Amino acid sequence: MTKIRTLQELEALRKSLLQRRDPNKPCVRVCLGTGCRARGSVDVLEAFTHEIKKRGLDVQVECKQTGCHGFCERGPLVVIEPKEIFYQRVKAGDVPEIVSKTLLNGEVVDRLLYTDPATGRKVLYEYEVPFYKKQTRLILANNGRIDPTNILDYIAIGGYQALAKAITTMSCEEIISTIEKSGLRGLGGAGFPTGRKWRLCREAPGDVKFVIGNGDEGDPGAFSDRSLMEGNPHSILEGMVIGAYAIGANQGYLYVRAEYPLALKHLQIAIEQAREYGFLGNNIFSSGFDFDIKINRGGGAFVCGESSALVASIEGKIGEPRAKYIHTVERGLCNKPTVLNNVKTWANVPLIIKNGADWYAKIGTERSKGTAIFSLVGKVNNTGLVEVPMGTPLKEIIYDIGGGILEGKRFKAVQTGGPSGGCIPEELLDLPVDFERLTDAGSMMGSGGMIVMDEDTCMVDVARYFLDFLQCESCGKCVPCREGIKRMLEIITDITTGRGKEEDIELLQELADMVKDFSLCGLGKTAPNTVLSTLRYFRDEYVAHVKDKKCPAGICRDLIEYFILEDKCTGCGACLKLCPQQAIDAYGLIHTIDPAKCIRCGICRDACPFEAIIVR
Amino acid sequence: MVTLTINGVKVQAEEGSTILEVAKFYGFDIPTLCYHDELTPYGACRLCMVEVDDGRRTRLVASCLYPVREGITVRTNTKKLVKGRKLILELLLARCPNSKTLQDLASKMGLEHVRFKMENKDCILCGLCVRMCAEQMGSGAIGFVGRGQKREVVTPFRIASEICRNCGACMYICPVVELQCRGVKSPGELCNSCLIITPQCLDQYGQVMCTLESCGACEKKEGK
Repeated sequence: MTKIRTLQELEALRKSLLQRRDPNKPCVRVCLGTGCRARGSVDVLEAFTHEIKKRGLDVQVECKQTGCHGFCERGPLVVIEPKEIFYQRVKAGDVPEIVSKTLLNGEVVDRLLYTDPATGRKVLYEYEVPFYKKQTRLILANNGRIDPTNILDYIAIGGYQALAKAITTMSCEEIISTIEKSGLRGLGGAGFPTGRKWRLCREAPGDVKFVIGNGDEGDPGAFSDRSLMEGNPHSILEGMVIGAYAIGANQGYLYVRAEYPLALKHLQIAIEQAREYGFLGNNIFSSGFDFDIKINRGGGAFVCGESSALVASIEGKIGEPRAKYIHTVERGLCNKPTVLNNVKTWANVPLIIKNGADWYAKIGTERSKGTAIFSLVGKVNNTGLVEVPMGTPLKEIIYDIGGGILEGKRFKAVQTGGPSGGCIPEELLDLPVDFERLTDAGSMMGSGGMIVMDEDTCMVDVARYFLDFLQCESCGKCVPCREGIKRMLEIITDITTGRGKEEDIELLQELADMVKDFSLCGLGKTAPNTVLSTLRYFRDEYVAHVKDKKCPAGICRDLIEYFILEDKCTGCGACLKLCPQQAIDAYGLIHTIDPAKCIRCGICRDACPFEAIIVR
Repeated sequence: MVTLTINGVKVQAEEGSTILEVAKFYGFDIPTLCYHDELTPYGACRLCMVEVDDGRRTRLVASCLYPVREGITVRTNTKKLVKGRKLILELLLARCPNSKTLQDLASKMGLEHVRFKMENKDCILCGLCVRMCAEQMGSGAIGFVGRGQKREVVTPFRIASEICRNCGACMYICPVVELQCRGVKSPGELCNSCLIITPQCLDQYGQVMCTLESCGACEKKEGK
């Protein structure tokens, strides 16, 4: 392959690619994101290739893998071009039927279509599914359309044009001011203005500079970075090359979790292909600008997502944060000026260069521009990846896109920003989601995790869960984070097991405030957020645990009791047989539970056909 | 030279020095545990936190690492700081209740009771020994392993180090093991015996002779 050296050559390649592709040619797109893979989409893709070959259709029909579509709840997902018919929950066994009906006869397989639960109507196209309808997909737009392992797919949809435009027609100053004007902010969580970061780094003295892409997404329940790296790796690379050109860096690093093998594989393939086409390497677009990217695998420490710990990790040191009184843009990797951005931020860059700063600045709110990606999970009907403009109310994300709470239960709280974020209660559901509003509400944007909780969730237990995670993931360098989180966890564990004292709530508050102010890095500074926000919005639950020794949600095992309602129990014996502790006695017809023997496993309640067993 | 304000006093300092160095030079007392003049500042104990106002915002920074800048206002003893330091010390004392260094600091800060469950460890993970060994002894025989609660100072692979010369510098600099305070009565109670003091020089000279803070050398326990 000869390297592409000019904008014209790139355009010519794109045109020839489009010419070679018949837009009416049927194409089967199978989602091979991690979520769909877990549900067996690899088998589905194999079944398609096999079936198409068996029927001698390989010339007429194309079959390809794509990245994550985002609607993981309904996977494996298959889209059939040219009509873009959207099938969900496809199994390998369904493939022969799809081939003979849809591909050969143009008929639709009804049972594989998505049914809108609100209207009960079958939905034919992806964009008509309510989950997608309300989304604005910028960064994730092409995730489900292109084969992430084929650079030509990316070039065909206009990929690397922004890079060509930036390098051949714009000066470094122009690029930086475009990014500044667009209002793009770091999507890793803190929301630092990207343009300003680039300018500071460009102005920092030194001729060796670095750019780093942070793909060390460690939050439980967040998977937006992973989906982007798996589904559209070239968009990240393109953004990084543009950024490197603007600040004058010749070497880039991508720091990716080792737990993301697929993302690592796709990024590696993308880097090799980009080198082949001359988008990485020496003399990119004949400008004399050299740049290459190296992938670093993270060893599995949550704290290495923090910028200074990440830099230390790349340098081969222990992944521990340092005080950032001298900024990374001045002294980062190997003490050289460094720009470190999240992979989602990098993926925004080509879009801004291509469409202009004004186009981007129109999306979002006054101070938070563009879109936010949330990994919507928890007790919500449609789990998956959601991309919405900044400022979209929480209600819209949870109810319109997420389809409301599972089993029609009541909404209780939503936890945004992973373990570092806070819990937002029902009364703030109208909150428009952007950097400032979330911080004001005691939470944060963070990595974009969004965990929806229903009425059966105990907020004290939620705080305990996240503290437990953070206790294991704190690096242990500074005292407030290491000792403070440990003691907060100790107090909360006491509270959830009925050993809480009244003064514990005050001590917890005092500890949380101190850890927030005194910790060294972002992990410690945000670690008490769950405690602080639950204390702020759900204090009555803490009080109930401590004073009345009751868990209102019926979750904390030591504070609940299983009880059989006399009027509902028919004496069928279903619970009796399953109880692992033989804690249920049957005197006459009515059963009773011996609280001394009961271990509160809940098996009896699940087994009772008459709903006679309750938690109190 | 840069000019800054510490606790309302305008002072001059050399560029590149840290707030802690300047504050110490001018006699402002900031407690520290992981700091030593001759070692690279580490910023882990967080006792030396001070409030810095740079005209744009006020924030808490570790004074052992924060370089002085022209025109900043530093406050070393605000309510938030005093309260926070006390709580940090309480956390450390719950970990190592027998440390004389920690008990003395507690006396000084007026901390009389620990509200957490007591442990009996003998390391506060300040990292002084690790830096001492690597920087001053040129050895690097010990280091940190583990993360979070599992963090500890050991030799590589926990086997006797070949490069350790048994010089004892790590023990010399350790703020915890050198003197064991035996004052703790019931769990959680601090003896504070060093708190109840009247300097001897008061009787002898009619005034406290230490010019900045009492050195403690002449102190005697009340009632003796």
